[in-house]
Amino acid sequence: MIDKLILYLSFPYVRYAIIVAVLIALCSSLLGVTLVLKRYSYIGDGLSHVAFGALAIATVLNYTNRMVIVLPLTIISAILLLRKGQNTKVKGDAAIAMISVGALAFGYLIMNLFPSSANVSGDVCSTLFGSTSLLTLSANEVFISGVLAIVVVGIFILFYNKIFAITFDENFANAVGTNVGFYNLLIATVIAIIIVLAMNLVGSLLMSALVIFPALSAMSIFKSFKRVIIFAAISSVIGALTGLLVSILVGTPVGSTIVAVDVVMFFVCYVIGKVKG
Amino acid sequence: MALISANNLTIGYDGHPVLSNLNFEINAGDYFCIVGENGSGKTTLMKTILGLQQPISGAIEFGEGLAKNQIGYLPQQTDVQRDFPASVYEIVLSGCQNALGKKFFYSKEQKALALSNIKKMGIEHLKDRCYRELSGGQQQRVLLARALCATQRALLLDEPVAGLDPNVTAEMYELIKQLNDDGLTIIMISHDIQNVQGYANRIYDVAEEV
Ligand SMILES: Nc1ncnc2c1ncn2[C@@H]1O[C@H](COP(=O)(O)OP(=O)(O)O)[C@@H](O)[C@H]1O
Ligand SMILES: [Mg+2]
Repeated sequence: MIDKLILYLSFPYVRYAIIVAVLIALCSSLLGVTLVLKRYSYIGDGLSHVAFGALAIATVLNYTNRMVIVLPLTIISAILLLRKGQNTKVKGDAAIAMISVGALAFGYLIMNLFPSSANVSGDVCSTLFGSTSLLTLSANEVFISGVLAIVVVGIFILFYNKIFAITFDENFANAVGTNVGFYNLLIATVIAIIIVLAMNLVGSLLMSALVIFPALSAMSIFKSFKRVIIFAAISSVIGALTGLLVSILVGTPVGSTIVAVDVVMFFVCYVIGKVKG
Repeated sequence: MALISANNLTIGYDGHPVLSNLNFEINAGDYFCIVGENGSGKTTLMKTILGLQQPISGAIEFGEGLAKNQIGYLPQQTDVQRDFPASVYEIVLSGCQNALGKKFFYSKEQKALALSNIKKMGIEHLKDRCYRELSGGQQQRVLLARALCATQRALLLDEPVAGLDPNVTAEMYELIKQLNDDGLTIIMISHDIQNVQGYANRIYDVAEEV
C-alpha cells in the first residue's frame, strides 16, 4: 500500500494534483459560512446544476479548455440568481428551480445527442460525482484551478472585514454607506468560481457538501467568526487530503471519499459542540 | 438649516404608500422620538431616512454637511443574527466599516475606538463572548457599541428596548440619554410614549400626520 502511495507521489503531476485539490478545498470552505448564514445554500445548489449544463455543452463542443465556457456561464447565472433572490423570495426560489433543473435536463440531453466519447453514462457520472481519479483532469485544468483558488483566497483575505460586515448585517452595512451591491456581486462571483472549482474536485452533485460541511463543523464548535473560518479551512483541507490519500490507496472515487470524510468530521464536531455545551 | 428634514415625504413599498405627506425637521442635538402603533410605518420611515429604500415622493434632506458615513444605526434584530457565530469584539469593530474607506484592514485607532465603545457600554467582560449566547439586553448593548463606532453625529435606533425587561429597559434609556447629553443627535423609534416622554425633547407621532 505504502509502495503504491510512494509510486504515485513520485510523479510530479500527482503532486500538483494534490496541491490543487488542497487549494480547492481551502477556498471552497471559506465562503461556506457566508453561504449558510445568508441562506444562500440554495443558490449554491442551483448553480452546481447550471455548471453541469455548461460542462455538458463544453464537452460536446470538445473544447480542450472547458473552463472557458463553464466559468462565465456560472458567474452570470450566479449574478442573475442573486438579483432574483433579492427581489422577491418566492419567485427567486422558482427561478432557481427552473434554471437549475432545466440546465440539468438539457445537459444530459446534449450529452446523449452528441456523445463525445463511447461512454456517455461514464461521462455523465463523472460530471455529477467527480472524476474517478483526479488524474483525469487535464494539465490545463489543474493549472487554472490552482490560479483561481489562489485568487479566491486572496480576495477573501483582502475583503474579509467587508464580507463579515455584510454577512452579519446587510442593512447596517448599507445604512452606514458600505457599497453592499458591489460586495454582493463580488460574493456571487466568488461563489460561482468556487462552485466550478469544487465541481472539478467532487462533481456537481457533491459540491454543496464540500462547501457547506466544513462550515457547519466549525460553526458547531467555535464562537467567533475568525475562528470559525480558520477551522472550516483547516477541516476542509484535512478532509481533502485524507479523502485523496484513501482514494489513491483503496481505489475509491475521489469526490465521494472526500465528502464522506467531511461528513464524518461534521458528526464528530457536532458531538464535541454538544458536549462542550 | 436642520440636520435632517423631510419635505412632503410619502413612503411605502412598490408604489403603495404606508405614510403620506410627512414634514419634519430634526436639529443637531435633538432627542427625536418617533412613536406610533405596530405596523404604522415607523421602521419604513427610518429605512427611508437611512437611504435603505427610496421614497415614493418627496425627499429626505441632510443639512449641516451630514454625510451617510457619519450616521450610526441600531436596527430591529434580524433572524440571521440570532445564530451568528461572532464575538462581541468582532461585531463592534464592524461598526468602523464606514471609516475603512479604500483600506482593507482596520487601523490601531479603529480597534481602540471599538474597545472604548465596548467599555462605554459596560460590556468589557463580554468582549470575547459569542454574540448568540448573550441576553437580549447585552445584545442590544453590543449593537449600540457598534453603532457608536459608526458615528460622531447622529444615531438612529429602531425599538432599542423591544423585548427587554423593565430594569434593563430603564438602563438602556439612561445609556441613550447619556449619549444625547454628550452631543449625539438621537432619532429613536418606540411604541411606549410614557417612558420616552421623560427623555425626548421632540415626540413625533406618525399617526397624527395621516
Ligand atoms: N418589505 C415590505 N414589503 C411590503 N410591505 C411591507 C414591508 N415591510 C413592511 N411592510 C408593511 O408596511 C407597514 C409598516 O411596516 P413597519 O414600517 O415595519 O411598521 P412599524 O415599524 O411601525 O411596526 C406594515 O403594514 C407592513 O405590513
Ligand atoms: Mg418596526
